[in-house]
Amino acid sequence: MYKLDKLFARVTVAGLAALSIQFAYAQNTQGSVKFPGIGRNATPAEVMAWDIDVRPDFKGLPKGSGSVEQGQVIWEAKCASCHGVFGESNEIFTPIAGGTTTDDIKTGRVASLADRKQPQRTTLMKVPTVSTLWDYIYRAMPWNAPRSLTPDDTYALVAFILSLGEIVPDDFVLSDANIADVQKKMPNRNGMTRNHGFWSVNGKPDVNGSSCMTNCVKFVQIGSTLPDFARNAHGNIAEQNRLYGPYRGSDSTKPPIDKLPGSSGEGLAHAADTHAATTKGPAALFKNENCSACHAPNAKLVGPSIADIASKYKGQSGAQEKLMAKVKNGGSGVWGAIPMPPQAQLSDEDRATLVRWVLTGQ
Amino acid sequence: MTKKQIELCAEDISAVEKPANRARLVKAPEHFISQELIADINSNGLDETRRGFLRKGFLSAIGGAAAGLASPMAFAAGEGDPAILEKQEWQTTLGKNVATMPYGVPSIYEANLIRRESPGLTRVSAASVAFTPLQGLFGTITPNGLHFERHHQGWYNLNPETHRLMVNGMVKNARVFTMNDLMRLPSVSRTHFIECGANTGLEWGNVAVPTVQYTHGMLSCCEFTGVPLKVLLEECGADLKKGKFLLAEGGDGSGMTRTINLESCLEDTIVAWSMNGEMLRPENGFPLRLVVPGVQGVSWVKWLRRLEVGDMPWNAKDEAVHYIELMPDGMHRQYASIQECKSVITTPSGGQQLLDKGFYNVSGMAWSGRGKIRRVDVSFDGGNNWRQARLETPVLTKSITRFNIDWVWDGSPAILQSRAVDDTGYIQPSIKVLRDLRGNRSIYHNNAIQSWKLDSNGEVSNVQVG
Repeated sequence: MYKLDKLFARVTVAGLAALSIQFAYAQNTQGSVKFPGIGRNATPAEVMAWDIDVRPDFKGLPKGSGSVEQGQVIWEAKCASCHGVFGESNEIFTPIAGGTTTDDIKTGRVASLADRKQPQRTTLMKVPTVSTLWDYIYRAMPWNAPRSLTPDDTYALVAFILSLGEIVPDDFVLSDANIADVQKKMPNRNGMTRNHGFWSVNGKPDVNGSSCMTNCVKFVQIGSTLPDFARNAHGNIAEQNRLYGPYRGSDSTKPPIDKLPGSSGEGLAHAADTHAATTKGPAALFKNENCSACHAPNAKLVGPSIADIASKYKGQSGAQEKLMAKVKNGGSGVWGAIPMPPQAQLSDEDRATLVRWVLTGQ
Repeated sequence: MTKKQIELCAEDISAVEKPANRARLVKAPEHFISQELIADINSNGLDETRRGFLRKGFLSAIGGAAAGLASPMAFAAGEGDPAILEKQEWQTTLGKNVATMPYGVPSIYEANLIRRESPGLTRVSAASVAFTPLQGLFGTITPNGLHFERHHQGWYNLNPETHRLMVNGMVKNARVFTMNDLMRLPSVSRTHFIECGANTGLEWGNVAVPTVQYTHGMLSCCEFTGVPLKVLLEECGADLKKGKFLLAEGGDGSGMTRTINLESCLEDTIVAWSMNGEMLRPENGFPLRLVVPGVQGVSWVKWLRRLEVGDMPWNAKDEAVHYIELMPDGMHRQYASIQECKSVITTPSGGQQLLDKGFYNVSGMAWSGRGKIRRVDVSFDGGNNWRQARLETPVLTKSITRFNIDWVWDGSPAILQSRAVDDTGYIQPSIKVLRDLRGNRSIYHNNAIQSWKLDSNGEVSNVQVG
């Protein structure tokens, strides 16, 4: 009887659910089943505008083509300043090309990943699929102007990168028709494994610890410590901790103290000494307004270094006004092909402060 | 094994001064007038300028003494603590109005606990990391302003009015939702940790950074509110039989894309708009992000704008070039997602200074991407002997659990460690066990037992044992 009741209840619920689904469909031509009035169907144009991902089976890849030669021209204009003329940069981002051999192209395994002869892992040493390069370049490059490349630009750039790795010859034209064949030559196409326990929550871990509670080790040996010269490498640790309570920060600007400070914390900084730890002034403005995404104090990043700008304009009359106009309207051609985008969001006052700081350090 | 056998860069403990009298008297200030001024007055007599110097000297000496006296243990016997005996400014004057700070900020005395970048870790701050100051936190919840940040192409304040979420791929209807739509749906609120796969990654080879902020600070734990992913996918008529994978895409410049393994993540993933009761902060994905409990932070796509159901993984840039682990045989482990059981003692921790011998509450955090924390053991002798710690409630799944243990420090050097066990029986491994299997060229998924060395001068430093 009980079982029958349960069965009857199930059938009824299922029937009601089916009814309500039909009802919902009838009510909402937009397709909502359970939550009428929430959301709407996407138009084909909307899906096309956003659904730009390209999978390893090349689903999603737009038609088009580009040659190594075309790729080199775009590369030098838009990519080389960060990635190096030959994709060798390790300054800002990791190198793209290097470390692969013609043998790797045959085996699909990059031998230098196991022999440790390469100082750094390049993109071509790792990436198993061409689709990955195509997808990422098209969606997110160049660094300061994502989504500004056409599909043909992207084909050309991928072709150029592949030629740097000698995966395709210098006169190659990459297209949607031959990209799948090229993928079969990727040097590390067989270098990935999912044979480990942590792709899934139910996976089997590769290691496990010990549950020993007493006399667990013969000898406690310290294998690694921070060297003395690194004591202050992360700034003064005293200023990164509370200045009251039982656990204070060590003053890493000084050598370790000789003895325990005592319960009053004599000789250590106290809460009354607290200062705002955040930096202020033009340096903070420079960071917060995103100038530091492209400019560094002493090294060329996407744009010239602050030191280079200062020395170029040194002694010029009207330098402050000239640079202020450039920050406001943007510019190009002075320091290479990558344009400086206009910074219209800055107030005149902030602009003046930033430019003065860049030119004089004050 | 005796304590003496433990190699602790042996310091002579007898050299440590024993505090004979705990009620110390702060000495009267001496030598506050410089030798130069004394000589100057002796040879030229007192005039107004020199009187001024003297007055300044007296005042600073008195100020200094007062500051010293404010310390709780430092007053003459028979009198009392000035912090009790003297009226304080806040008892004798009018305080600030309500809503002087309409959104509130921490006390000025908390200004040192902020997110920080590790110098030299990345060259550009728009693709960088800012670490949570775990050394100063309590309990399990990360304050929103201190939640760690990691961006791939900088963050924006997205306008919620124009933000859209599209669901497409293997669905009956590709659909578009506004924030108004999403926030009308039935929501859940759940507390989960988020840990970057690269957390503690700097330390695969050797000790590299001084404090727990930099070793473990790509870790936060919040209550997230949003609509369960499953509800949204079912609403769009997703084919969850053939569609085993989901692509989550961000609305930032990097158009961040990650493959989510629906088989293991469908049940508890949330499309979230709130963090700890307020809307997400812009740095953490305002107005919408994916919450994938137990899975490395990079999959919790921020500024979420699109979900696509599919039948194979996408091999996106961050799944094929980064967030892969190099094994000793040259193979890369791909799609390593689950953050395995891990713990760390946060107080005391590297870079901190203990004031004196005696009683301490030693505390830390434990978490597991596979479920709940079952127990945490703590060692004070570098892993030779262990004691079970107290777990604070609530103990939630895929969330941080706080542990505490009592300790009376006798002043001798020590090495503190914690070791967590989750409800699958997994025990947190030592760095040696991890390196023996995986080598030392990985970046991600370092869940090794952390060691903090305490010297007899009270200073704690980061070390690796073994």
